[in-house]
Amino acid sequence: MSSAPAGAASQTEPPRTPFWRADWARGALWQALLLAAFVWLMWAAIDNASVNMRARGVPTDFGFWNRPAGFDINQTLVHFTSAGSTYGRAFTVGLLNTLLVAFFGIIIASVLGFLIGVARLSRNWMVARLATIYVEVIRNTPLLLQLLFWYNAVLAPLPNPRQSLELPGNIYLNNRGLFVPEPLFGAGFDWTLWALGIAIIAYYAVKRYAARLRVETTKRLPVGAIALGLIIGLPALAFLLAGAPLSWSTPVLRGFNFNGGVRIFPEFVALLLGLSLYTAAFIAEIVRAGVLSVSHGQSEAASALGLPRGRLLRLVVIPQAMRVIIPPLTNQYLNLTKNSSLAVFIGYPDLVQVFAGTVLNQTGAAVQVISITMAVYLVISLVTSAGMNLYNRRMALAER
Amino acid sequence: MKVRASSLCFAIAAATTLGFTGFANAQSGDKTSRTLEQVKARGSLSCGTNTGLAGFALPDDKGNWTGIDVDLCRAISAAIFNDPNKIKFVPLTAKDRFTALQSGEIDVLSRNGTWTQSREADLGLLWTGVNYYDGQGFMVRKKLNVSSAMELSGASVCVQQGTTTELNLADYFRSNNMKYEVVAFATANEAIKAYDSGRCDAYTTDQSGLYSERIKLTNADEHLVLPEVISKEPLGPAVRQGDDQWFNLVKWAHFVMLNAEELGITKANVDERLKSTVPEVRRLLGVEGDYGKALGLTPDWGFRIVKHVGNYGESFNRNLGEGSRLKIKRGLNALWNKGGLQYAPPVR
Repeated sequence: MSSAPAGAASQTEPPRTPFWRADWARGALWQALLLAAFVWLMWAAIDNASVNMRARGVPTDFGFWNRPAGFDINQTLVHFTSAGSTYGRAFTVGLLNTLLVAFFGIIIASVLGFLIGVARLSRNWMVARLATIYVEVIRNTPLLLQLLFWYNAVLAPLPNPRQSLELPGNIYLNNRGLFVPEPLFGAGFDWTLWALGIAIIAYYAVKRYAARLRVETTKRLPVGAIALGLIIGLPALAFLLAGAPLSWSTPVLRGFNFNGGVRIFPEFVALLLGLSLYTAAFIAEIVRAGVLSVSHGQSEAASALGLPRGRLLRLVVIPQAMRVIIPPLTNQYLNLTKNSSLAVFIGYPDLVQVFAGTVLNQTGAAVQVISITMAVYLVISLVTSAGMNLYNRRMALAER
Repeated sequence: MKVRASSLCFAIAAATTLGFTGFANAQSGDKTSRTLEQVKARGSLSCGTNTGLAGFALPDDKGNWTGIDVDLCRAISAAIFNDPNKIKFVPLTAKDRFTALQSGEIDVLSRNGTWTQSREADLGLLWTGVNYYDGQGFMVRKKLNVSSAMELSGASVCVQQGTTTELNLADYFRSNNMKYEVVAFATANEAIKAYDSGRCDAYTTDQSGLYSERIKLTNADEHLVLPEVISKEPLGPAVRQGDDQWFNLVKWAHFVMLNAEELGITKANVDERLKSTVPEVRRLLGVEGDYGKALGLTPDWGFRIVKHVGNYGESFNRNLGEGSRLKIKRGLNALWNKGGLQYAPPVR
């Protein structure tokens, strides 16, 4: 505290209150004390843990990161083998699996949540009642129970691989998952992608031109039809010109299971279903609240101006409802991501299952592994909410 | 102004932190070396067990824990308290067990844990011995018509995560150039349920575990344990490093049970054998000498263990052998003089 007077020396105007009575100085002092206490507490905890860990011969470093893992994981988005991959690689696999299920979960939950939220407000008695029942049942039962239910509900009725259900297009369904043909892109397929890029740019150009044309001459261009033609036609043309460089690897039953093709694991489906259906119920309530928050006068006024119902919703009600919806929606997205860690109970190899489960157990580095896992969830949540805040700022009422 | 305020904060923070440097170190003194005193003060032993594995650790219909791993904890409790029931059982999953021991939540981990080099060297633990020699095997459905693990290429295998099983599985398939899919679950219960529902072609764990898990399946007769044993799984109790007295106590609780079997002392005849003239028996039961003192125990510690728990053979028989539902043969777990591997140093 001896440094405090030095800081105030430059500030000596006689009639003023002395600095130690000034608000800023007292504020700063308390802040500093609090910060010091916090830093000391954290430091003491870390030091205490590391001293005790060393005393018990438990590793305190991160040396395990580059050691070979020696175990296998079934669903891997990046290459992983028990022979050559490290614990660090296992971390990547787990992280990507978490992000995969969170990403698709958020999309499905949003779409479903919006539909159900709107359905709850429907004038159709049946639709509104069904939506209410859905929300009440899903919201009021534990998520873990629902996940176990979906895992068993997904698995139980499916046949074993030798009696797979064959769906049109070489798609097979059994209790090991859904097997779909995998596209194999040949040389020259990049032309198709380039054509798609050009088509998208061309679409924006046409859209701007059409808008200007409408303002200047009140003529309307059929933008939708032109866009469809561009975005489908151009890549299709390029694809055919390049000699259709695309083949399919179809799944074939060999031995115990199917080989080839892309496989969607039942654990993934169960987790995705469980998480999105659960979160959708909460999102539905948020959407309902958002729509109800828009004053009835707004839609009446829009109707009076002759806006058709679709545009009334799109241009008047939803933009205003979004301002109420986005902040709690962010919470739901974060919840979904964090709830994905329940994957461990149904054998889906997410970050917690692979890293905070197997890796922790094989290395014994409990403190390090758990700290890393917590930091990862923190970063994912902060990035998600930063993105949502950015979106919120764009949608927020411009105040003057 | 702002700059000055924040630099002030940091100056104070730094000074305060430095000032308190000594405290945390003083606090973190060595709590690990006095396990026996803690157990005595607490009045009970905190014993980490399996969450439920028939033959090793499973509560019976009256809620009493039974099993060969449980008996070891009962032996320790009997030696310390002259009562085999002064135990707080802490059921642990494979995934959590070592953390619970490292952190001091339990005094001894008697949970069919495999003794490996890295678990002792890296995890800061010590295995006190082997109370069951096991090896990993596979269970499949009979209707798959598989008679050997070598025919499992391409199969899906359910396994409990965080076990040596998971690693041996990867090694076995890799060294035999076979492909497979692993489906890992947090607990054995979920793994066996997924196998039962048809998610996996095979279930793998230690062979003793396969026999005891098979009882749980909807139709136990439809399943077959394959003959291959793909690993060495010496299962035994573990303690934290840094407390040699406690390490010795746990180790010798097991050895007393083995020696008792070797000398033919049973729960039933132990009182009578107190009158024995055989020196080994007299030393084991504390009639002659004081072998408990250095362990922090009374001279009759060996007597207490046999009186309350019985010898190793009795424990094996009632939990895993002919006296149980599992009917597992002694095999490697017979005494050394009967063709097995169970061998205890003498008490003297």
